[in-house]
Amino acid sequence: MINAVKREIPEFIEGYGKVKPFMGAYANIGDVVKTSVKIKSVKPNDKKVLPSIKDALLKCGIKDGMTISFHHHLRNGDYVLNMVLDEIAKLGIKNLTVAASSIFPCHAPLVEHIKNGVVTKIYANYMSGPVAEAVSKGLLKYPAIMHTHGGRARAIESGDLHIDIAFIAAPTCDTYGNINGVEGKSACGSLGYAIPDAMYAEKVVAITDNLVDYPACPIEISQEYVDYVVVVDEIGDPKGIVSGTTRITRDPIGLRIAKLAAQLIDEVGLLKDGFSFQTGAGGTSLAVAAFVKDIMKKKNIKGSFAAGGITGYIVDMFEEGLFKALFDVQCFDLKAVESYKNNKAHQGMSASMYGNPHNKGSVVNNLDVMILGATEVDIDFNVNVTTGSNGIIIGGSGGHSDTAAGAKLAIVVTQLTKARLPIIVDRVTTVTTPGETIDAVVTERGIAINPRRQDLLEKLKDSNLPIFTIEELKNMAEKLTGVPEKIEFEDRIVAVVEYRDGTVIDVVRQVR
Amino acid sequence: MLFIPGNNPSMIQNSPFLGADSIILDLEDAVSLDEKDSARCLVRNALLSLDFNGCEKVVRINSISSGFGYDDIDAIARVKPDAFLIPKATEDDIEEIDSLISTIEREEGFKLGCIKLIPLIETAFGVEDVFNIIKSSKRIVAVLLGAEDLTADMGIKRTKEGEEIFYARSRIASVCAALKVDAIDTPFTDVNDFEGLRKDAEKAKLIGMSGKAAINPRQIDVINEVFSPSFDDINWAKRVIEAYEKAKMEGKGVFALDGKMVDAPILLRAKNIIEKAKAIGLIKG
Repeated sequence: MINAVKREIPEFIEGYGKVKPFMGAYANIGDVVKTSVKIKSVKPNDKKVLPSIKDALLKCGIKDGMTISFHHHLRNGDYVLNMVLDEIAKLGIKNLTVAASSIFPCHAPLVEHIKNGVVTKIYANYMSGPVAEAVSKGLLKYPAIMHTHGGRARAIESGDLHIDIAFIAAPTCDTYGNINGVEGKSACGSLGYAIPDAMYAEKVVAITDNLVDYPACPIEISQEYVDYVVVVDEIGDPKGIVSGTTRITRDPIGLRIAKLAAQLIDEVGLLKDGFSFQTGAGGTSLAVAAFVKDIMKKKNIKGSFAAGGITGYIVDMFEEGLFKALFDVQCFDLKAVESYKNNKAHQGMSASMYGNPHNKGSVVNNLDVMILGATEVDIDFNVNVTTGSNGIIIGGSGGHSDTAAGAKLAIVVTQLTKARLPIIVDRVTTVTTPGETIDAVVTERGIAINPRRQDLLEKLKDSNLPIFTIEELKNMAEKLTGVPEKIEFEDRIVAVVEYRDGTVIDVVRQVR
Repeated sequence: MLFIPGNNPSMIQNSPFLGADSIILDLEDAVSLDEKDSARCLVRNALLSLDFNGCEKVVRINSISSGFGYDDIDAIARVKPDAFLIPKATEDDIEEIDSLISTIEREEGFKLGCIKLIPLIETAFGVEDVFNIIKSSKRIVAVLLGAEDLTADMGIKRTKEGEEIFYARSRIASVCAALKVDAIDTPFTDVNDFEGLRKDAEKAKLIGMSGKAAINPRQIDVINEVFSPSFDDINWAKRVIEAYEKAKMEGKGVFALDGKMVDAPILLRAKNIIEKAKAIGLIKG
């Protein structure tokens, strides 16, 4: 069948099930039902601290075919996923489903567990590195399921993704299971992505390298959700968890793109008091924040909030009074961790509060402007951030589709060509985010406004900004690079790309 | 005017989109001896095939005395750059280059004189002889001061404050104004000191330089800000011209604005500001 972004997808996918086709970004909003969760209540004198991960696995009743979950706040410094899977493998368990909010290069040992059948299915919002390559080459028995950050929360809350055991990497945890991310040698700040797992998993195990006396304050994930606590030497490598500082690009092309994006935001009239904003931690995205900051200061604009993964640069803007509050699902650097710990208006948010389309309103709905990246954009404004130019999985939506759907102005910032390849193409390799939710594409050579946004085109009709059609930008790119040959794929589906509402927006097939 | 190494395809390709008015594709100092041929070929093909987005295309050739300059002119003039930048220019060099280009223009069927020249003044002799250098060819549209080589030639220290080039700047600015060509200021070499760049550019503007060369794309915004008319300047100029139009309609020869008499030089200054603002897209029309 053909879905709303003109992708041919099967009605049924082995290892995934019946496919609900993507019908449009807002076609599936309304009455929903949340699932209930079976838990085991405790008696007053029950203890939670266990001597080892193995003991926790046995207490939780680990068995073949279970779904275990992990969160990615320790990013490329995470030790927890590997430690748990090694123990599970030693127990001879097979056919597990790993539901990790993201998978990074540090999770390379997972490839062996895929090869030997310990893990046969994976859910992730983002994956890069050896596991992503193994999935792309068809090593995983069943297709991986790629969610958005908000979509994962929706899937957990609705029961589409049932978690048997959630493992929470806890930078600080007390003896009765209260967790926070702001203290301890592995402090990572907000634990927003782990919250749906903690609330909806049947069993929850906190794995910590900083066990403290009861109560561990502040409490981000509370004792009411946690079954067991295990102490290990280290839950992660601090160097991979948070970077010292995140930096604005010095690349002149990145700066040119960022400047154009900031001018666009200003010229369409969104830069005014009450402004709300989200941008990623990449150099160009941060540079947009820098140019936005200049305009806000010149015009004496007081914004409402900045959201998302929070960087030190955004914290600086907040501390200078340019935003009233920060909504933080994940801290990207030490400054953000420090601010999250100390500033009352630097609020944590769960993945559900951040981007779940099936709750009573997520933060993305309140965004004025979202700055997004892209590995490809097509002439329908569909964006690929899932697969690279060789068809291998190199990422995934994360919050891309959620924020694009919610923000009043979703801007993709990208170079027109990268590594001698055009970024604007007739048809993206994989649709991650539907074009109907992308309002503008800003490149160093010009800006394309989605024709659906006639209101924006009207506002920009007297602008000095270099406005082109998306086809004109594509032609400019192709004039420089030529048209690359299409990538060839096998028929086998290796990943299913779910839109945030649980419908299938695209599939990734095995590279030939 | 942004210097771009002539041996860097990626930078050449992106250079027209960085906000500079002119791109100087450099075949001289930025290119090592063993890359002179390939850079010349690259620049030639870039001029043939790339969209320069309305930027002026200038090529800095190697000096005639280096032995590479003749080949540079022969290869590049045939693809019609807007101008050549001539290092360590002397009157004799300019006359010889003018003649060489005229021959190529005739051979290629180009309009005679369409390729312009910008002498780079970077010796003490050049500073003293700048009047004659400019007079030596009708192709000359601007002069660029090269302070690094100049101070080396004079055996003096180059400083951020630039007191040592006050005379050179003043002389070039004055001669250029007299002969109606642009005076382009020397680059500021600390590419991470934007405050220093701003002060340096303001100093050059005050003396009468009409623009400044950049050696890093990140310098362009500051240079444009300093050398572009401010919104206050533009508003003032618009009011002067409106008052002039009104006075003309009423048959008045002289008129006042804000209690001050407006005479011909003030009117000319207002018109220049409006023209410059239009040229760089600050106002429509």
